[in-house]
Amino acid sequence: MARSKREWTEEYVELVVGQLLRSGVIIASIIVFLGGILYLIRYGADYPQYRIFSGEPSDLRNVHKIIIDVFLRRSRDIIQFGLLLLMMTPVARVVFLLVAFAKQRDRTYVVISVIVLTILLFSLVGRYLYN
Amino acid sequence: MSVLEFTSLVWAGSFFAGLLGALTGLGGGVVVVPLLTLVFGVDIRYAIGASLVSVIATSSGAASAYVEEGYTNIRIGIFLEIATTLGAVFGAFLAIRMHTSLLAIIFGIVLIHSAYLSLRRRRDRSGDDRIDAMAARLRLDGSFPEPQGRRSYHVHAVPAGFGLMFSAGTISGLLGIGSGAVKVLAMDHFMRIPFKVSTTTSNFMIGVTASASVGIYLSRGYVDPGLAMPVMLGVLTGALLGARILVTAKTRLLRLIFSMVIFLLAVEMIYNGLTGRI
Repeated sequence: MARSKREWTEEYVELVVGQLLRSGVIIASIIVFLGGILYLIRYGADYPQYRIFSGEPSDLRNVHKIIIDVFLRRSRDIIQFGLLLLMMTPVARVVFLLVAFAKQRDRTYVVISVIVLTILLFSLVGRYLYN
Repeated sequence: MSVLEFTSLVWAGSFFAGLLGALTGLGGGVVVVPLLTLVFGVDIRYAIGASLVSVIATSSGAASAYVEEGYTNIRIGIFLEIATTLGAVFGAFLAIRMHTSLLAIIFGIVLIHSAYLSLRRRRDRSGDDRIDAMAARLRLDGSFPEPQGRRSYHVHAVPAGFGLMFSAGTISGLLGIGSGAVKVLAMDHFMRIPFKVSTTTSNFMIGVTASASVGIYLSRGYVDPGLAMPVMLGVLTGALLGARILVTAKTRLLRLIFSMVIFLLAVEMIYNGLTGRI
């Protein structure tokens, strides 16, 4: 499967980026949809409470807790896990471009990709650093 | 109203927001936030969280096709993403410290400006064959497919474009919208990139920009699964349908009607902000 430098053409990179984005959105949507059905079965008859902002409980804020709770099959966590996959889709796209630029020996764009990735990761896990 | 009814209505409203957003090119986020706050009485912070999630879904979905067709300039995209993601993180930090009334007022002003930008006739300023030293060094110049074959273009005013992209990112992170109008303005007007390339590259960047701020919102508890679920699925399906009928529909009149709706929503947001209702 290893591709030589010549095979990492612009067309190949464009194709993979397109497929990556599409599959990320489709998989995330399916998970959110399934979680949504479970959620409506469980909470459908309750009353929504969005007028007053209280913030989500900590198990819906932290990446590792969302992932653990998916295995406990809690509907709200399944939705949140799907949303997390969706948020990671653009991040995965930047990671792939980083690899592609490295294979193309394009040093400037490797650096640019690393900068963007650092900012994205700071946003997703930065909470642990600044709080 | 039960959760089931609420979810169904939010889904339907988001569907129309996504449809209109795709037909006019303004994106679904600019309608979703006023819809949730003004019509459904949702706190603006939950609305922004849900809107950002839907922005990632629609932009990634649309970008996938444009990238494969070879319109998107990946190098321009990722280079300018440094500015938009920095701006987005900055915007999110501002938002979590700002009073919600002020947030609503700023949202209204940005809405009016976006509507104005979308109504203004875009001028294609590409076709300047001089080579810009910085653009050449960053290898930003490119080409895109046209019926007669690939057309190449040169990129200009890189620092000005980069600076405006930081503002676009800040607006996106602050208000939970894609801010495609500002991104396109930077690329059309300053960097002199052809329409097809600026529109598709803007779309390409919106997902990454939204991802940069949504992490901060997630960790602050602004992303509610029960609300984000119908918003994301609704906007996404609406945008998909919008992209299908875009080919045949007359968009000029639609754009005008949509801009009027946006203007009214904007006035209402500002009014509610000033009177402290949001």
